[in-house]
Amino acid sequence: MRNKVLSAPYLFWMVLFTVVPLILVAYYALTGADGGFTLKNVSDVRQFSGVIFRSVWLAVIATLICLVMAYPLAYSMSRLRPQMQRVALLMVMLPMWINFLLRTYAWMTLLENTGLINQLLGLLGIGPLQLINTQGAVVLGMVYNYVPFMILPLYSVMTKIDQGLIHAAQDLGSNTLGVFVNVVLPLSMPGITTGITMVFVPAVSTFAISRMLGGGQNLMIGDLIELQFLGTSYNPNLGSAISMVLMVLVLLLMSAMNQYADEEKEGMII
Amino acid sequence: MENYIISLRGIKVQFDDLPVLKGLDLDIRDEEFITLLGPSGCGKTTTLRIMAGFAEASEGDVFFEGVRINDLPPHKRNVNTIFQKYALFPHLNVYQNVEFGLKIKKIPAAERKVKVKEMLELVGLGGFEARDVNLLSGGQQQRVAIARALVNQPRVLLLDEPLGALDLKLRKEMQTELKRIQQSTGITFIYVTHDQEEALTMSDRVVVMKDGEILQIGTPQDIYNEPVNAFVADFIGESNIVPGVMRRDFLVEFANNAFRCVDKGFEPDQLVDVVIRPEDLRIVAADEAPLTGVVSSVTFKGVHYEMMVESAGHDWMVHSTQASEVGEFIGLTMSPYDIHIMERMEDDSLDWIEGESSASMEGGHAE
Repeated sequence: MRNKVLSAPYLFWMVLFTVVPLILVAYYALTGADGGFTLKNVSDVRQFSGVIFRSVWLAVIATLICLVMAYPLAYSMSRLRPQMQRVALLMVMLPMWINFLLRTYAWMTLLENTGLINQLLGLLGIGPLQLINTQGAVVLGMVYNYVPFMILPLYSVMTKIDQGLIHAAQDLGSNTLGVFVNVVLPLSMPGITTGITMVFVPAVSTFAISRMLGGGQNLMIGDLIELQFLGTSYNPNLGSAISMVLMVLVLLLMSAMNQYADEEKEGMII
Repeated sequence: MENYIISLRGIKVQFDDLPVLKGLDLDIRDEEFITLLGPSGCGKTTTLRIMAGFAEASEGDVFFEGVRINDLPPHKRNVNTIFQKYALFPHLNVYQNVEFGLKIKKIPAAERKVKVKEMLELVGLGGFEARDVNLLSGGQQQRVAIARALVNQPRVLLLDEPLGALDLKLRKEMQTELKRIQQSTGITFIYVTHDQEEALTMSDRVVVMKDGEILQIGTPQDIYNEPVNAFVADFIGESNIVPGVMRRDFLVEFANNAFRCVDKGFEPDQLVDVVIRPEDLRIVAADEAPLTGVVSSVTFKGVHYEMMVESAGHDWMVHSTQASEVGEFIGLTMSPYDIHIMERMEDDSLDWIEGESSASMEGGHAE
């Protein structure tokens, strides 16, 4: 019972600012401008399938890049001396202390046609290249902003992998690759699924990054929703419907992944 | 020439300029059960890690059947290890843990199944195949670790204090079990422990180590009956150690008395350590004994009583099946064969014994 008392403040907070808003989103999504029940908003979401597909696609790419970059880093971090681990952790967290908009503006000035990168390339006689306002720039912005959320959970599970297990695998005849495939990878699975969730979910609903680095042509779902509430085409009912579809999509993808991860865990050694 | 399976030659290891092994030479015979015994920090675990390939010697060579294997990585060595904390793979069940090494060697599935089943039967875990290793008891985890190593039929099995985490009764059971497995498989066992009783029970040969050096190698009987110095005598079983002077061959003086003994070859009037086992002291009437004193404590130990007797400025530990009264004035005697004379050790070694004796031998040293 004591636990219930301790969790009361958060429960109250969650009901007020999560459950109630969710109900409101569902309510707006399923009603028209006149307040009557309708499925029109939800079916209207179909016309934005291109944007939705692009959002999911870019988010998947950004998540994969984060995973590929973060995994070896997290592993080598976890094998450092404790003191060095703290320094490395600080380096990972450091960019997060700078405001997100500021960081993204910095990338704009770097990537511009007359920006720093193109100026340097010009000195070498290359370019100018079209860097900003591309999908690549959007992915870059997402990776830059979200990669710490991949590193931290990976690092956290890897510090818990006992060096003794790695020795045991070597002792039983595993070479470096074998140790990785049979011991390190399966034991870091929980970190991988957490990391993917923590990067993919914010990435798929990204909004400012896509507008700042992707120009007008690379809108993502997040931008689309924002337009329905703040833009000239004010339509909160449609905005709510898009949010709801996005939510369902994310839930489906996440549960599919967790299903896969569970099966993986129960599987035999490779 | 003898059939040595592993030979260490002049092995030196340093951690941060601190010498851990100081030029170790050791030959291990094929199919023997050999134990590296010593207090914590004596370098016994490091010696094992050198043989497994997890530690590197700064000097010296490791030979496996005469072939130098210094640079051979652990996964290519024909040895398997049982680790102090078992190191079972938590994401695999009992069957998959035992199967691990066979799978790496690409043994066909049908053959693997037979071997794993056989091995689990051998360690008394038949029917445990699908169990989660995280839910097993310490003794069962230990058995899985043994099966996982043995199923690979290594030439040599390295065991790093494998019974340390088990309670006394289970430890005794597993000692018998390990000895039985070693004899039935003919695999060379190299066993590391700080528990002298364990070492004496199981081993064909015992290697007593201290401060990165080997003090004595011999059968358990040799080590117990003919310890080379007071440290070994004290570490192996309980001992009374008193300073004495070797007057001439077969005559030693200690505790203000001269005693006949069976040792010779010392300089006249050489300072020596005299070691007498508690079970070798006999309680007799005070008027017919060379040593007399007052019983200061009596403790029941099951098979025998342990008594402390104050005599000639020393506390003598006496083991006897018959108890005396506390405060009783008694005599102590011993046969010349039970007086062991050793060359006096350097001062720091004696300090160690003083501290250790008062802390009692039971209880062990945490590694």
